[in-house]
Order: sequence, then C-alpha cells, then structure tokens
Amino acid sequence: MRASRRSRLTIVIFILLGGVAILFLLRTAFDEGLNVFFTPTEIAEGKAGTNQNLRIGGMVKQGSLKREGEGTLIQFIATDFNADISVVYDGVLPDLFREGQGVVAEGRLQEDGTFMARQILAKHDENYMSAEVKTALEAAESKGAAIPAMQQ
Amino acid sequence: MIPEFGNFAIILALGLSLMLSVVPMLGAARRQLQWMQTARTLTTGVFVFMLAAFIALAWSFLQDDFSVAYIARNSNTALPTYYKLAAVWGAHEGSLLLWVLILSLWGFAVSVFSKDLPIDMVSRVLSVMGMVEVGFIGFLLFTSNPFERSLLNIPTEGADLNPLLQDFGLTVHPPFLYMGYVGFSVAFAFAIAALLSGRLDAAWSRWSRPWTNAAWSFLTIGIALGSWWAYYELGWGGWWFWDPVENVSFMPWLVGTALIHSLAVTEKRGVFKSWTVLLAIGAFSLSLLGAFIVRSGVITSVHAFAVDPERGLVLLCLLLLIIGGSLLLYALRAPVVAGNSVYGEQSRELYLLLNNIILVVSMAMILLGTLYPLIHEAIYGEANKVSVGPPYFNTLFVPLMGGMSFLLGIAVFTRWKRTPVNHLISSLRPLLLLSIVLGLALPLILQAEFKISVVVALALALWITATLLMDIRNKVRNKASFMNGLLSLGRAYWGMQLAHFGLAVIICGICLTSQYSVEDDVRMQPGDEHEIEEYVFKFEGVREIVGPNYDAQAATITVTKSGEPYLTLQPEKRRYRARGDVQTEADIDVGLFRDLFTALGDPRGDDAWVVRIHVKPFVFWIWLGAFFMATGGVLAILDKRYRRERIRKNSRLDNSSVVSNTIAINEAGNVSTKSFDSNETRGLVEERV
Repeated sequence: MRASRRSRLTIVIFILLGGVAILFLLRTAFDEGLNVFFTPTEIAEGKAGTNQNLRIGGMVKQGSLKREGEGTLIQFIATDFNADISVVYDGVLPDLFREGQGVVAEGRLQEDGTFMARQILAKHDENYMSAEVKTALEAAESKGAAIPAMQQ
Repeated sequence: MIPEFGNFAIILALGLSLMLSVVPMLGAARRQLQWMQTARTLTTGVFVFMLAAFIALAWSFLQDDFSVAYIARNSNTALPTYYKLAAVWGAHEGSLLLWVLILSLWGFAVSVFSKDLPIDMVSRVLSVMGMVEVGFIGFLLFTSNPFERSLLNIPTEGADLNPLLQDFGLTVHPPFLYMGYVGFSVAFAFAIAALLSGRLDAAWSRWSRPWTNAAWSFLTIGIALGSWWAYYELGWGGWWFWDPVENVSFMPWLVGTALIHSLAVTEKRGVFKSWTVLLAIGAFSLSLLGAFIVRSGVITSVHAFAVDPERGLVLLCLLLLIIGGSLLLYALRAPVVAGNSVYGEQSRELYLLLNNIILVVSMAMILLGTLYPLIHEAIYGEANKVSVGPPYFNTLFVPLMGGMSFLLGIAVFTRWKRTPVNHLISSLRPLLLLSIVLGLALPLILQAEFKISVVVALALALWITATLLMDIRNKVRNKASFMNGLLSLGRAYWGMQLAHFGLAVIICGICLTSQYSVEDDVRMQPGDEHEIEEYVFKFEGVREIVGPNYDAQAATITVTKSGEPYLTLQPEKRRYRARGDVQTEADIDVGLFRDLFTALGDPRGDDAWVVRIHVKPFVFWIWLGAFFMATGGVLAILDKRYRRERIRKNSRLDNSSVVSNTIAINEAGNVSTKSFDSNETRGLVEERV
C-alpha cells in the first residue's frame, strides 16, 4: 500500500514538474516568436512600440525603392495610401518583390520611425494578395484613403 | 471527348464508393458473406475508375487541351513534356485528384494484401475507407472538378505552370507526401473497424503495423523532399521555415511516429490499446487538417494555394464529420473494448509511453503555434493579426526533442515488463560518459568554434549511436559467431536501429549546419572576390541565356579551394515568358560534409549584383538521416514474420466458410495477449514458429 502510494506520488510530482516546465517554455516561446501585425496607419498613430517584434504590410510605393551605395542595404516606403512607413532592409529581396505590389515585412520599429526589417515576404503568386495586406488596405479605405483601382 | 470520359470515371467511382461504404459494412454487421465479399471488388472498381480519370487528365495535358479550364490555367504549349505531366498535380483541382487516386490506391493495396485477414475485418476496413472516399470524391466532383470546360472561349495558349513548380523536387514531392498523408487512412480504418467489431487485440495491432510503417516512410520521404526543394529552389538557403504548410505535414508525422511505437507495445504486451486507437484517429485527422489548412487559405502562408472560401467551408464540414464521427465512436466504444494497462517501472512500456507523451506534446505545441493566429483573430477581432515565427517553435521543439533523444538511448536497453535498475545503470553509465567526452572533444578536434549547443547535440547523437551499437553487441554476444548473430537479428530490429541512427544523423546535420553555416549576402561586380574559410568565390559576371519557356540571367562564379581551382557555379535568375514570373535558381555544390550554396539576388546597377554565398557544413545529413529513417520503416515492413504468416496460411485448407476468426500471434514465451471473443467469434490462437 505504502509503496503504491509512493509511486503514485512520484508520478504526480513528475507530471507537475513536466507541466511547469512546459508552461515556462511556452511563455518564453510566445515572447520570442509572436509577431503582431500593424498597418502603416496604426504605426503612424503610434500604436506600436519599439521593443517588440512586428509585422507590417502594405503596398510598395511607386518609385520609392532605393538601393544604397556599396553595401546590400535597401530602403523603400510601404503604404496603405493613408500613411507611409519607411522600411530598411539589409539583404536579398524576394523574387516577387515589386514596386506597386503588396509586401509584408517582419522586424522592429526604430526610434526614428523607420522600420528595420529582418525578413521581407512577398506574395507567392501573381493572383494572390496576402490577407494581411488586404486587411490593411481595407482599414485604410474605411478611413477615407483613396486606393487605386488596380490594387483591389 | 477525353475530359468527359474522365468526368464519367469520377462519377462512377463516386457511385462505387457509395456502395462500398454501405454494403460490406452492413454485411459485416449482419454476417452476410456475399455482402462482405463485395468489398474487394468495389475497392478495385473505385481504384480503376480513379486511375482512368487521372490518365484522362494527364492525356489532356499532353494534348494541350486548353478547353479544360484547369489545363488552360496551369499549362502552356512551350512547357516541356515532363512538366506537363507534373502540372497535372500542380494546382488545387489536380492535386486533389491525385489525393483521391492515392486514397483509392491504398484501399486497393489493402484489398490485395489482406488475404490472411478475416473477411469481416477486411470488409469493415475497406468500407471505412470507402466512406472517406465518398467524402473526397464528392468534394472533387462538386467543388473542384478538374475537367470543367470553358467551351465558349477556348484559349489558344495556357497560362503556364507556376515556375516554382517547374522542378524535379516538386514533381515528386506531392505524390510522396500524399502517399504518407493518405496512408494513415489505413491505420485509421483498421482502428475504426476494430472499435466497431470490438476486437481490439494483438492481431489488430499486428495488421496495422506494416501499413502504418509504410505510410510513415512515405511521409518521411515526402517531408524531406519538400525541405530539400525549399533549400535549393526558394533561393534562401534555408531548409525549414516553420511555415504553416510545413507544420501541417510535420504534425501527422509526429503522431504517426508515436503511433508506430504505441502499436509495438500494443502488439507485444497488449497494453495502451485505447491510446493506440486514439493515435490512429489522430494521425489521419491531422492529415485531413493539413489538407484543410493548405486548401482553405485560413492561415497566411508563403505557399498556400490560391483559394476559395466556399471550398474551405465544405472541407471543414467534411473534416468535422470524419473527426467528430470517429471520436464519438471512440468515446462510445473504447471504454468497452479496451483492457487495463499493467506495466512495471523501468520497463520498455514506460519508456515508449514517455516517447509518446513527448511526441504528442510536441505536436500540440506546433498545432497551437500554427492555429494561434486564428485564435487571436477570433478573440481580438479580425483586424488584429499576429503571426508566430520560428523562435516560438525552436524554443519549444529543441528541448523536447533533446529530452526524447536522451530517453531513446535508455529505452533501447530496457526490457518488456521490467528491467533491473542496477543492470541498466551499470551498462549505460560508461556510454553516457563516452558520449559526453566525445561530444566535448569533437569540436576541438575539428578546430571548430566551441559552442555549448553543439556539444549537447553531438553528445546526444553519439549517445543514440553508442547505445544502439551496444544493444547490437549484447544481442549477438551469445550467438555462435558474430556474423551468425548479426544475421539472426531480423529485419524489424535492423529497421528500428537504422531509423534511430537516422535520428542521430539528423541531429548532427541540423545542429552543425545551423551553428557553423557562413551565410553572406555580398554586393559583387565582375571580378570581385569573396572568401569564406578555404574557399574563394570569384564573380565573373552575368550573361543572358534562353531556356525553353524562360529567359535567364546566369552568373558565373568560379571557386578556388585553398588556392587550387575547384569548380564553377552558375546560379540563374529566370523570367518565365508566359506569366512574367521571376524565379531564382540556386547552384549548389553538394558534399557529404559541406555544401557550397550560391544564388543570385537582385541587380544593383553598374553590373553589380547581390549574390548569396553560403558555406553550409553537414546540411546534407538532414536528408541523409531522413532517408535512413524511411529505409528503417521499409525494412520493418519486410520482416519475415509478416511473410511467414502468409506462406503458412496459403498451405492451409480454404477456410472462407469461417466467417470470422481471430488470429492472435504471440511472441514465443510472451503469451499475454487476450483475444476478445464474442459469442460468434472463434478465437484461433496460433503459436509463432
């Protein structure tokens, strides 16, 4: 009887320890891995902080892409036709990245209001617009932004 | 005419699968032999007509029949013949046709290789598969018909296949992946049939095992091919992104792995029965969930199909029907048919249970991370979008797999029922020390930077390898000769060892390549050089080339190794004429110990380009390990005991009049199996030779 009670206690302790370990891991994981999505308008309104991972989405503004000097640094403006945000990225752009098309960037907001992107995602096929970009444009339209017809 | 034949074939297959889902099931319930005997014929019929439909679509593709809307959207006269065939499953409708074809192929395989099974079991299994077929053939026919015509305005030219798919890796990736996904339907059907018949015994788990192994092996290869394709075709140099679409293929794999291990316990020891059934239902349900997520577009992913919400809704209903129905059946029947589980401390059962817990917890974590964006939207409103990135998955998955690898080393040493603890500790302690010492020493010997994560991963890989070698030694020690001993071990045992060794190889590959890769994106003008370790990459410039359906800019990069000329790499930037899509073609020098990866980025003026130059050590080991794992699964299927049973059975008199018998085969000296004999069931227990 005692032995069986002891072994049951061991099992309970192990389950509790395992549960605590997993909850701890889960917390850390969510802190590190969660990217909240913001539209350029929301960023202009100051809703996003500089100390969290963000995802932003919008259209790449025509004529805004700049490839700086010697390095691999690039800069462009993402817009929802209501507000603009300047995005800086160091690296290779995806094949489907184009001016006047949708883009999603992951990274952090800098103190000076530019967005430092860690990763640039462009859509996967010509006919498909990312749900995030779509939402951003619809939100901007409801606030009175004039969206060019071709983007709809 | 040909597309109409295809359409008819699908309709006929739907009719046959409707009969298949009703008649044999009723026959098994009412013990009507003739009704049950229709199961094999109907299954064959469904397969033949689905195959005919598939051939019709492939034929229409070869004929450039652009009156078929699907072909007009996904093919082009300039597309090479080989890719015209691959284009058959290049988009939603065709890939669903392939999905259903493979489902009917598994059903057909069961009907061919189930001569030893009691007829009532066969008919229930095939009938359950028939029900799934009804759902998916119906879905194919009514929402995603690949043969739909646009006869009024026949386009003269097609829109071409998505250039990402014009590649060998992606040609073979979907068939393997679907063989895996859909293969779990067999284990699922066996589990449902066992619940229905009330015979949740060793025989059931024994029949399920080879099928589960086969599906699992296909899925392993399918996932590995997908990862390999992403590595060389997406041009990012990465091999796993924790993208929702990757996650949904990985979740059934994890549960399938748990199922393989749980089935072993259920067969050998008759415990964990209801858990095993739940895993079988879970593995297939997750496969269906994967189909839903990929095809409904509910989650933003880099490789979702161009989607239609209506289809998503129909798929969701189908999903809920199958998963809900099977779980309801499980809730009603499992408490009745499953027995109690009894096992000791430090037994192999216990360690396999831990393995199952870790695998299922890992799956749950991935499921949470994959579905979290949806949950967040549901709680905070549609405008609040979040995404879950790789750090979430790595933080959770890496420690869980580390723990599992450590337990794996102990588990292969334990025995069924109970293992003396002293014996376990005394034989494992030297191996553990050896793994840690070697894990510490290897980075020093290889003159690599010292990193604690590398030491831990190497030690774990060595630990798995050391314990499995020691186990082989223990097994052959008492045999007449070494070779004799090795030969007597049996293919299932070798399969297990090879698969576990594959895990060790993958751990090495993942850890070394993620810690020691050098990944440089460099702006280069013709004549510029870039040095990584002993390699010097010289950018010679870019020239224009013309492909069959694309124009490309190809760079020439000459590589010297330690001052000696080594090789030339030619990454390309292709522009496909029909769609105007731009596609990066990486050029990789594959090696056993390191890959040289080059890809063209974007032009930056003055003949300058951004070039990706990566040196990735041991990256090949990731796919090598996956190959070992899948081969291990195949070896286990080829084990003699499955063959022996068939040979002996054939020599017996025809016993088709015995409507239902249970053959429970026990390991000699391990007679613990209970057959659940109902009044009508004649339990026929047979000793293994």
